[in-house]
Amino acid sequence: MKKLMLAASVAALALVTAGCGEKQGATVYKQGQYQGKPDTRPWESAQFKGDKTAWEKAVKARNNGQNEYTRATD
Amino acid sequence: MARMKFLCDAERCIECNGCVTACKNEHEVPWGVNRRRVVTLNDGLPGEKSISVACMHCSDAPCMAVCPVDCFYKTSEGVVLHDKDLCIGCGYCFYACPFGAPQFPQDGAFGMRGKMDKCTFCAGGPEEDQSAAEFKKYGRNRLSEGKLPACAEMCSTKALLGGDADVIADIYRTRVLKRGKGAEVWGWGTAYGKPEKGATPPAGAKS
Repeated sequence: MKKLMLAASVAALALVTAGCGEKQGATVYKQGQYQGKPDTRPWESAQFKGDKTAWEKAVKARNNGQNEYTRATD
Repeated sequence: MARMKFLCDAERCIECNGCVTACKNEHEVPWGVNRRRVVTLNDGLPGEKSISVACMHCSDAPCMAVCPVDCFYKTSEGVVLHDKDLCIGCGYCFYACPFGAPQFPQDGAFGMRGKMDKCTFCAGGPEEDQSAAEFKKYGRNRLSEGKLPACAEMCSTKALLGGDADVIADIYRTRVLKRGKGAEVWGWGTAYGKPEKGATPPAGAKS
Protein backbone atom coordinates (compact mmCIF):
# COMPACT_ATOMS: atom_id res chain seq x y z
CA MET A 1 0.00 0.00 0.00
CA LYS A 2 2.87 2.30 0.94
CA LYS A 3 4.60 1.55 -2.37
CA LEU A 4 1.41 2.26 -4.28
CA MET A 5 1.00 5.61 -2.50
CA LEU A 6 4.63 6.48 -3.24
CA ALA A 7 4.26 5.58 -6.89
CA ALA A 8 1.03 7.57 -7.13
CA SER A 9 2.58 10.65 -5.50
CA VAL A 10 5.65 10.47 -7.81
CA ALA A 11 3.33 10.21 -10.82
CA ALA A 12 1.21 13.10 -9.56
CA LEU A 13 4.34 15.25 -8.97
CA ALA A 14 5.60 14.47 -12.46
CA LEU A 15 2.21 15.35 -13.93
CA VAL A 16 1.94 18.63 -12.00
CA THR A 17 5.48 19.82 -12.84
CA ALA A 18 5.40 18.58 -16.44
CA GLY A 19 4.90 22.10 -17.80
CA CYS A 20 7.86 23.55 -15.90
CA GLY A 21 10.43 21.80 -18.11
CA GLU A 22 8.95 22.97 -21.39
CA LYS A 23 11.45 24.58 -23.70
CA GLN A 24 10.81 27.87 -25.42
CA GLY A 25 8.91 27.30 -28.63
CA ALA A 26 10.09 30.36 -30.53
CA THR A 27 13.29 29.91 -32.50
CA VAL A 28 16.00 32.42 -31.76
CA TYR A 29 17.48 33.52 -35.07
CA LYS A 30 21.22 33.98 -35.16
CA GLN A 31 22.88 35.91 -37.95
CA GLY A 32 24.79 33.50 -40.14
CA GLN A 33 28.45 33.84 -40.85
CA TYR A 34 29.84 34.25 -44.34
CA GLN A 35 30.79 30.83 -45.67
CA GLY A 36 32.57 31.80 -48.88
CA LYS A 37 36.11 32.67 -49.86
CA PRO A 38 37.87 35.56 -48.11
CA ASP A 39 38.27 38.77 -50.10
CA THR A 40 41.10 41.26 -50.14
CA ARG A 41 40.84 44.99 -49.46
CA PRO A 42 40.81 47.36 -52.46
CA TRP A 43 44.18 48.89 -51.53
CA GLU A 44 45.79 45.45 -51.47
CA SER A 45 45.61 45.30 -55.27
CA ALA A 46 48.73 45.30 -57.47
CA GLN A 47 48.16 48.98 -58.18
CA PHE A 48 48.26 50.28 -54.60
CA LYS A 49 50.31 47.47 -53.02
CA GLY A 50 48.74 47.87 -49.59
CA ASP A 51 49.08 51.67 -49.47
CA LYS A 52 45.74 52.53 -47.89
CA THR A 53 46.48 56.26 -47.72
CA ALA A 54 47.19 56.47 -51.46
CA TRP A 55 44.00 54.55 -52.22
CA GLU A 56 41.93 56.80 -49.96
CA LYS A 57 43.46 59.86 -51.59
CA ALA A 58 42.58 58.56 -55.07
CA VAL A 59 39.00 57.72 -54.07
CA LYS A 60 38.56 61.05 -52.29
CA ALA A 61 39.66 62.92 -55.41
CA ARG A 62 37.10 60.97 -57.43
CA ASN A 63 34.46 61.61 -54.76
CA ASN A 64 34.99 65.34 -54.84
CA GLY A 65 35.15 65.30 -58.65
CA GLN A 66 31.40 64.68 -58.60
CA ASN A 67 30.78 68.12 -57.13
CA GLU A 68 30.50 70.68 -59.93
CA TYR A 69 30.31 73.57 -57.48
CA THR A 70 33.89 72.96 -56.35
CA ARG A 71 35.10 72.00 -59.83
CA ALA A 72 33.86 75.31 -61.24
CA THR A 73 35.98 77.32 -58.80
CA ASP A 74 39.19 75.28 -59.36
CA MET B 1 36.68 56.18 -45.00
CA ALA B 2 32.98 55.99 -44.35
CA ARG B 3 30.53 53.61 -45.96
CA MET B 4 30.13 53.60 -49.73
CA LYS B 5 26.64 54.60 -50.88
CA PHE B 6 24.68 55.63 -53.96
CA LEU B 7 22.44 58.71 -54.03
CA CYS B 8 20.18 59.59 -56.96
CA ASP B 9 18.88 63.12 -57.33
CA ALA B 10 15.41 62.86 -58.93
CA GLU B 11 15.50 66.57 -59.81
CA ARG B 12 18.47 65.97 -62.10
CA CYS B 13 17.87 62.52 -63.57
CA ILE B 14 16.79 62.84 -67.21
CA GLU B 15 16.19 59.12 -67.82
CA CYS B 16 19.02 58.91 -70.35
CA ASN B 17 19.96 55.42 -69.15
CA GLY B 18 23.64 56.37 -69.37
CA CYS B 19 24.23 54.69 -65.99
CA VAL B 20 22.60 51.47 -67.20
CA THR B 21 24.72 51.50 -70.36
CA ALA B 22 27.92 52.31 -68.45
CA CYS B 23 27.28 49.40 -66.09
CA LYS B 24 26.49 46.98 -68.90
CA ASN B 25 29.58 48.01 -70.81
CA GLU B 26 31.95 48.06 -67.85
CA HIS B 27 31.10 44.58 -66.60
CA GLU B 28 29.97 42.94 -69.85
CA VAL B 29 26.72 42.01 -68.13
CA PRO B 30 24.83 39.25 -69.98
CA TRP B 31 21.61 39.85 -71.88
CA GLY B 32 18.58 39.94 -69.58
CA VAL B 33 20.53 40.96 -66.49
CA ASN B 34 20.23 44.57 -65.36
CA ARG B 35 22.38 45.42 -62.40
CA ARG B 36 21.09 48.98 -62.65
CA ARG B 37 17.92 50.40 -64.18
CA VAL B 38 16.11 53.71 -64.35
CA VAL B 39 12.61 53.88 -62.87
CA THR B 40 10.28 56.69 -63.98
CA LEU B 41 7.23 57.75 -62.04
CA ASN B 42 4.30 59.33 -63.88
CA ASP B 43 6.04 58.66 -67.18
CA GLY B 44 4.92 61.02 -69.92
CA LEU B 45 3.06 63.35 -67.58
CA PRO B 46 4.22 66.84 -66.63
CA GLY B 47 6.48 66.66 -63.60
CA GLU B 48 7.58 63.06 -64.16
CA LYS B 49 10.48 61.93 -62.00
CA SER B 50 13.16 59.35 -62.69
CA ILE B 51 15.62 57.65 -60.40
CA SER B 52 18.39 55.20 -61.09
CA VAL B 53 18.12 52.06 -58.95
CA ALA B 54 20.56 49.25 -58.21
CA CYS B 55 21.78 47.48 -55.10
CA MET B 56 21.85 50.14 -52.39
CA HIS B 57 24.44 48.25 -50.34
CA CYS B 58 22.22 48.37 -47.25
CA SER B 59 23.80 48.79 -43.85
CA ASP B 60 21.62 45.93 -42.56
CA ALA B 61 21.10 44.05 -45.80
CA PRO B 62 18.01 41.79 -45.91
CA CYS B 63 19.60 39.64 -48.64
CA MET B 64 22.39 38.76 -46.22
CA ALA B 65 19.84 37.85 -43.55
CA VAL B 66 17.80 35.46 -45.69
CA CYS B 67 20.55 33.74 -47.69
CA PRO B 68 20.36 30.02 -46.79
CA VAL B 69 23.99 29.38 -47.73
CA ASP B 70 25.42 32.61 -46.22
CA CYS B 71 27.21 33.62 -49.40
CA PHE B 72 26.99 37.38 -48.71
CA TYR B 73 29.60 39.48 -47.00
CA LYS B 74 30.14 43.16 -46.38
CA THR B 75 33.50 44.79 -47.03
CA SER B 76 35.12 47.28 -44.68
CA GLU B 77 33.87 50.03 -47.06
CA GLY B 78 30.26 48.90 -46.57
CA VAL B 79 29.88 47.23 -49.97
CA VAL B 80 27.61 44.15 -49.98
CA LEU B 81 29.16 41.40 -52.11
CA HIS B 82 28.59 37.69 -52.56
CA ASP B 83 30.48 34.54 -53.48
CA LYS B 84 29.06 33.08 -56.70
CA ASP B 85 30.79 29.76 -56.08
CA LEU B 86 28.55 29.33 -53.04
CA CYS B 87 25.30 30.83 -54.38
CA ILE B 88 22.65 28.24 -55.23
CA GLY B 89 20.41 30.64 -57.15
CA CYS B 90 17.42 30.02 -54.87
CA GLY B 91 16.07 33.55 -55.25
CA TYR B 92 15.41 34.26 -51.56
CA CYS B 93 17.53 37.41 -51.79
CA PHE B 94 15.33 38.63 -54.64
CA TYR B 95 12.21 38.28 -52.47
CA ALA B 96 13.94 40.01 -49.55
CA CYS B 97 15.44 42.93 -51.48
CA PRO B 98 13.20 46.03 -51.47
CA PHE B 99 14.95 47.36 -54.61
CA GLY B 100 14.77 44.25 -56.82
CA ALA B 101 18.55 44.32 -57.12
CA PRO B 102 19.35 40.59 -57.38
CA GLN B 103 19.30 39.37 -60.97
CA PHE B 104 19.25 35.80 -62.28
CA PRO B 105 20.60 34.88 -65.70
CA GLN B 106 18.09 32.72 -67.53
CA ASP B 107 20.31 31.35 -70.28
CA GLY B 108 21.37 28.21 -68.39
CA ALA B 109 20.21 24.66 -69.03
CA PHE B 110 16.43 24.11 -68.84
CA GLY B 111 15.83 27.80 -68.16
CA MET B 112 16.69 27.35 -64.50
CA ARG B 113 17.93 30.23 -62.40
CA GLY B 114 21.66 30.78 -62.61
CA LYS B 115 23.86 32.21 -59.88
CA MET B 116 22.59 35.51 -58.58
CA ASP B 117 24.19 38.61 -60.08
CA LYS B 118 23.95 42.14 -58.72
CA CYS B 119 25.69 45.50 -58.54
CA THR B 120 29.08 45.13 -56.85
CA PHE B 121 29.69 48.89 -56.46
CA CYS B 122 32.39 48.09 -59.05
CA ALA B 123 34.27 46.25 -56.29
CA GLY B 124 34.47 42.80 -57.89
CA GLY B 125 34.18 39.81 -55.61
CA PRO B 126 36.13 37.25 -53.61
CA GLU B 127 38.64 36.46 -56.36
CA GLU B 128 42.07 37.92 -56.90
CA ASP B 129 41.69 41.65 -57.56
CA GLN B 130 41.67 42.60 -61.26
CA SER B 131 42.05 38.95 -62.31
CA ALA B 132 40.32 37.32 -65.29
CA ALA B 133 38.33 35.09 -62.91
CA GLU B 134 37.05 38.10 -61.00
CA PHE B 135 36.04 39.89 -64.18
CA LYS B 136 34.24 36.83 -65.54
CA LYS B 137 32.19 36.28 -62.38
CA TYR B 138 31.70 39.77 -60.97
CA GLY B 139 32.86 42.30 -63.54
CA ARG B 140 35.52 44.95 -63.29
CA ASN B 141 36.99 45.93 -59.93
CA ARG B 142 37.24 49.70 -60.27
CA LEU B 143 37.43 50.29 -56.53
CA SER B 144 40.77 48.47 -56.38
CA GLU B 145 41.95 50.86 -59.14
CA GLY B 146 41.08 53.84 -56.93
CA LYS B 147 37.99 54.63 -58.99
CA LEU B 148 34.30 54.91 -58.17
CA PRO B 149 31.41 53.03 -59.84
CA ALA B 150 31.20 53.61 -63.58
CA CYS B 151 27.48 54.49 -63.44
CA ALA B 152 28.03 57.43 -61.09
CA GLU B 153 31.18 58.67 -62.79
CA MET B 154 29.53 58.49 -66.22
CA CYS B 155 26.30 60.27 -65.19
CA SER B 156 26.03 63.29 -67.46
CA THR B 157 23.89 65.42 -65.14
CA LYS B 158 25.56 64.10 -61.98
CA ALA B 159 22.14 62.99 -60.75
CA LEU B 160 23.65 59.72 -59.63
CA LEU B 161 26.30 60.17 -56.99
CA GLY B 162 28.33 57.27 -55.66
CA GLY B 163 31.10 57.05 -53.12
CA ASP B 164 31.86 57.91 -49.52
CA ALA B 165 28.45 58.54 -47.92
CA ASP B 166 29.63 61.63 -46.04
CA VAL B 167 31.05 63.26 -49.16
CA ILE B 168 28.11 62.58 -51.45
CA ALA B 169 25.67 63.70 -48.74
CA ASP B 170 27.66 66.95 -48.54
CA ILE B 171 27.51 67.38 -52.33
CA TYR B 172 23.76 66.80 -52.31
CA ARG B 173 23.23 69.16 -49.37
CA THR B 174 25.16 71.96 -51.09
CA ARG B 175 23.26 71.38 -54.32
CA VAL B 176 19.83 71.55 -52.71
CA LEU B 177 20.72 74.66 -50.72
CA LYS B 178 22.00 76.37 -53.89
CA ARG B 179 18.97 75.53 -55.98
CA GLY B 180 16.71 76.73 -53.20
CA LYS B 181 14.15 73.95 -53.22
CA GLY B 182 13.97 70.41 -51.95
CA ALA B 183 14.77 71.14 -48.33
CA GLU B 184 11.07 71.36 -47.52
CA VAL B 185 10.66 67.60 -47.78
CA TRP B 186 10.07 65.50 -44.71
CA GLY B 187 13.28 64.19 -43.15
CA TRP B 188 15.57 66.84 -44.66
CA GLY B 189 16.63 68.27 -41.31
CA THR B 190 17.48 64.84 -39.94
CA ALA B 191 19.37 63.66 -43.01
CA TYR B 192 21.08 66.82 -44.24
CA GLY B 193 20.53 69.57 -41.67
CA LYS B 194 23.93 69.13 -40.06
CA PRO B 195 23.47 72.11 -37.66
CA GLU B 196 26.77 71.41 -35.86
CA LYS B 197 28.73 72.60 -38.91
CA GLY B 198 26.82 75.82 -39.29
CA ALA B 199 24.77 74.67 -42.30
CA THR B 200 21.43 75.62 -40.84
CA PRO B 201 18.49 74.17 -42.73
CA PRO B 202 16.64 76.71 -44.83
CA ALA B 203 13.24 78.03 -43.89
CA GLY B 204 10.53 75.45 -44.26
CA ALA B 205 12.84 72.47 -43.67
CA LYS B 206 11.19 69.68 -41.74
CA SER B 207 12.99 67.15 -39.58
